[in-house]
Order: sequence, then C-alpha cells, then structure tokens
Amino acid sequence: MNQGIIQTIDIKKHFAIGRQQLVKSVDGISIEIYQGETFGLVGESGSGKSTFGKTIVGLTNPTEGAVYYEGSNVKDLSKKEQQRVNREVQIIFQDPQASLNPRMQVGDIIAEGIDAHGLAKGKQRKERIYDLLERVGMNPDVVKRYPHEFSGGQRQRIGIARTLAVKPKFIVADEPISALDVSIQAQVLNLLNDLKDSEDLTYLFIAHDLSMVKHISDRIGVMYLGSMMELTNSQKLFNEPKHPYTQALLSAVPVPDPTISRRDRIVLQGDPPSPVNPPNGCKFRTRCPHAMEICSLKAPEWKEIQSDHWTACHLYS
Amino acid sequence: MSLLEVNNLKVNFKTYGGTVDAVRGVSFNVNHGETVAIVGESGSGKSVTVQAIMGLIAHPAGNVQGGSIRFKGKELLKLNKKQMREIKGKQMSMIFQDSMTSLNPTMQVGKQISEGLIYHQNVSKREAKVRAIEMLKEVGIPNADKRYEQYPHEFSGGMRQRVMIAIALACNPDLLIADEPTTALDVTIQAQVLELLQDIQEKKDTSIILITHDLGVVAEGADKVIVMYGGMMVEKCSVHELFSNPNHPYTWGLLESIPNVYHEKKERLKPIEGSPPDLFSPPKGCPFAPRCKYAMNICMEEVPDLYDIAEGHSSRCFLNDELAPKIAEFSDAEELV
Repeated sequence: MNQGIIQTIDIKKHFAIGRQQLVKSVDGISIEIYQGETFGLVGESGSGKSTFGKTIVGLTNPTEGAVYYEGSNVKDLSKKEQQRVNREVQIIFQDPQASLNPRMQVGDIIAEGIDAHGLAKGKQRKERIYDLLERVGMNPDVVKRYPHEFSGGQRQRIGIARTLAVKPKFIVADEPISALDVSIQAQVLNLLNDLKDSEDLTYLFIAHDLSMVKHISDRIGVMYLGSMMELTNSQKLFNEPKHPYTQALLSAVPVPDPTISRRDRIVLQGDPPSPVNPPNGCKFRTRCPHAMEICSLKAPEWKEIQSDHWTACHLYS
Repeated sequence: MSLLEVNNLKVNFKTYGGTVDAVRGVSFNVNHGETVAIVGESGSGKSVTVQAIMGLIAHPAGNVQGGSIRFKGKELLKLNKKQMREIKGKQMSMIFQDSMTSLNPTMQVGKQISEGLIYHQNVSKREAKVRAIEMLKEVGIPNADKRYEQYPHEFSGGMRQRVMIAIALACNPDLLIADEPTTALDVTIQAQVLELLQDIQEKKDTSIILITHDLGVVAEGADKVIVMYGGMMVEKCSVHELFSNPNHPYTWGLLESIPNVYHEKKERLKPIEGSPPDLFSPPKGCPFAPRCKYAMNICMEEVPDLYDIAEGHSSRCFLNDELAPKIAEFSDAEELV
C-alpha cells in the first residue's frame, strides 16, 4: 500500500452566520491521499469541496479535526517545520484572472514564493523563473509583461508556474480548468498530468466536470452538503457507483454521442438543501429515490463496503 | 418555409481598440419544432448572432452590417423599434445564462412574468396573475402561489432559471433562444432544466436555438448543429453527422479534446494547440488556419467558402476542394465518440 501524504481526521469547518446559525461547510471528513496519486473531488456548488481543499492547504483552520502531512499533525509541528509544510503544500486557484495581481509583472508573480521562502536570489532566481515558464509551456520572454496581456489559458499556466516555483510535493488544484474554453481545458489538463510525472507531485483535483475528473484521477471522492458520500477508484466509481447520489450525479452528465439513446436518467427532484439547515439523518435523503425510514433517524456510517470502496449509505449496512 | 432564416449575417462593434468583426457571415434556418444548437468558444460570435436575431445589439457601438434575418417571412432588420417589440417576448423570446443578473432583483418574480402578458396579450392584472401562477407551476416550481410574491434572491440558481423560462414562455412564443441556459448550473440541476425545455418543446412545438459549449448537451438535445469559430460558421450539419461524420478540422479538434467517460484506458487528451484568434486583427485567411494541423498555404491567404458535403451538411474548409489532399485520419470518426 502506498504511503499517505495527506490524511484528514474528521475535519469539520463551520462558519457562523448571524446569531446561532452555523453553515456546516465541511462536516466530518476523514480521508487519506496517497503519495503520487491524483485524488479527484467532485460535488455540486455548496458541497464544501473548495473549503475542504483550503483547509488542507491551511488557508483556513478546521473547526475540529486535524490534517496530517507525511504522518505528522501539522498543528503540532514547530514553526520551522510548518513553514516547510506551507511550502510543500500548494494550491492552484480556479480563476487565473482574480488570483494574479494585475499590477505585478509575470516574473515577480512567479517569484513571490521563491522570495518569501528565500529559495533563490539574483541570477539564480532569474534562471529559475525562465525555467518555470518553459516548463509550463510558455516563452520566457514574457517575464516583464502583466497578467492582462494573456489569455485565460496562459494565465492559468502562469498560476501553475507560480505554484511550482517553491517545489511543492502536494498540490490542491481547485477547479483549475473550469474557467477555460473546451479546447484549452485539454491543454491545461495535459500540462498538469505531465508535471505530475516530471515533478513527482500528488494532486487533490477539485472539479465539477465529471468527465475531466475521471480522466485525470486515480481515485474519486464524491461530496454532498459537507459530507463524503462515496470514495473509490475512478473506473469503479463510473462502472459501479453504489451511493444513490453518485448514481444520479453520473447519470446527469450529458453524453456526447447521439447514437446512445438516453439512458434511464435519474433526474433528482428539487434542489440541494441549504447547508445551514441540512436534513437530519442522511443529508441526501430528501432527494434520494431510495430513502427509507432509517435514513431520517440516523446518519449512515462511513464504511468500506468492498476493498477500497467506501460509502455512507444505509442501503449497504 | 422555415420559421427563421438567417442569411449572411454580419455584426461588428466599434471599440476604443478598433473595430471587432464579431460575426462574419452566418447563415442558417430554424424549422418549426426543431432545436438548433450553436457551439463555439468564447469570442466565436455565438451570443452576438442570437442577440442580432433578438434585436439586442447595442447601438451605436454595435452594428448589424449586412445580411438578413427573416422570421415567419418577415425581415426583422427592417423593422423599427415599435414593430420589433411586437415580436420580441411574444413570438420569440430569450433565456440568458446568468439568471441572477437577468432578473430584476427589486421586483416580485410573479410580476416579472405577468409584465409580458399584460403588455402583449392585453389581459387584466388579475388574469395575468392567474396565468403567471400557472406558468410557475408548468415550469415545476412548487408552492407557485407563494412563490409568485417572492423576489429573485429567494430562489436557488435552478429555480431562477425556471423563472426565466416561465417569463420567456408566458406568451407562447414560436421561437425560444436559450443562451447557455445551464452553464451556471450544477449537473443534476442542468438535467432538470434540459428535461423541462424538452417537455415544453414537445407539448408546444416550440423551436429552440440552444447556445452551448457542452457537446454532451448538443448530442442529447439538438437536431441541427452550427459550429462557430472566430465569428464564422465553420460547419453546419445534423447532430448525427456532427458526431459520425465531422468535416471541419476545428470540429475534429473539439471532439478529440473531450475525454471519453466510457473508455477504460486513459489516453492522453489531444487538445487543439494555440489559442483562439484575436478578433481585433483576425487572420487573413481561415480563422482556424493558425491552429490547424492540416493548414495549407491557401488557408492563410483566403477565407474558404462553405462546401456542401451532404444533404444539409456544409463545411468551411479547403480540404473539401477537389484539389486538396485527402486526409484519411478521420474516416473512422465513429470510434472517437
């Protein structure tokens, strides 16, 4: 078995809104991400997948629970060690327009991490920037230009170069291709895949486009209203989804093939409930076609129903 | 006679950076009860095309430079504002992508539906309210009576999109234009909205122009497809032809760049290299030539005409010329999808 690079133990992130109201954005997630894999995380908007990603990177502190990096609780590390973790655990954001400072030159944007961690200076720093730009498929001549001079796909490449600058080991990619055009998405996805091999990276890939997630991921976790619903390897998830929510989610993806007559699509009724007031018991029960009495009484346990296939559903208990 | 006939439509915009030819010669027909999908990337001119049909091109920056748009045989480009108002919202209407910015946030949603009814169908306020509540029920909004009095922010994204559909369909239009109606929605909600549109089309025989960039949505919902690139229509065909016999290299590229969910093996994606053209200075020849693997010298110099491939299938590519070399690579397109 691979060694886990990241482990989360019952992570919860709650946000207070107004008096006595809590948004349970992430509500108890325990997973392990193995060294060298791409872990896909899917879910609808409001399912807490981005918050979960930010918690792992340390951009927000979990309300409860702990993040383990390479076997040790990040919170218990010394200042110096924490700094190392901060460097090795990085994030790529969705919107390259908003995540690059419009007043900074590309070279300086990329070097920000290098400067902050004191990794290189002077000539070395410059060479490192050139090298990074080349590695993400851009011409090194662009160092003096500004973000607005680039297209969305190029900006995302700059964002990736900035992330790579500090030699990370683990990267959370938070919807890195959602803002891009179809023909550009494949370019960036290929780039991420190549870099994973050449830089020896591990990814947590967050997205809502299921076909892209399937393509890039080794294992996929499905989130709904802050909880993990199912987790298994990507082929298995698509071939034999166990959780009714996964089944509905997969069947909702339109297939680009007109010769396939529309499969028996499970069209879920209604909207996802508000995370302020999630249903008691199983959170999915209000939209679940298989809801039983027990579903409203007790939250299903997170269980390994087959080897390396986890789900939280009373149908399998 | 087709419901809508668009012929050689050209639209440009004058900006501080220069003139942008957003649409450069688009022609297509929409028949009764048919769904025509327009696919293309951002900046390909798909939204501007339908905005021109709806008469929504903002003057004086935007100008319809030429061509004709005939709706039920009537030339829309010659109508004045008042005449156009008789058609807009009544005989053809539009659903926009972002329902949050398209609905009036300070107005009850029910009033936004009855507004059109009172204007176009000359009904009393009370009657309009009854009809609006019926519409809300029809698009699948529970508690329609109560929802009538609520404001857009009290609705979820999927529900707001349903409200938009209710507004668009209130006067029973013959043509519904949906500009990326599901792009902002989650997949499970997208499935609901697409199903709703199809149900309504079956019931009322409405024609739909559907703008999207999701080829899955195209495959499931459209009869005909128009592929746009750099302001031009590069391919036009039936949905089956698009997937089984695509002709234009850009269409090939699009089909190749999406991963196949049903393939066990993970193959490397084949993206279209390069980026879309800068519309301030579009390439002299074919807009796709700089990114095209098969580009010939002539492609850089001249814009190709539309070549007829088969009945109802045309493609703007020089490879279809008698003198062009034949490309075998794509003869087995079936395997791709």
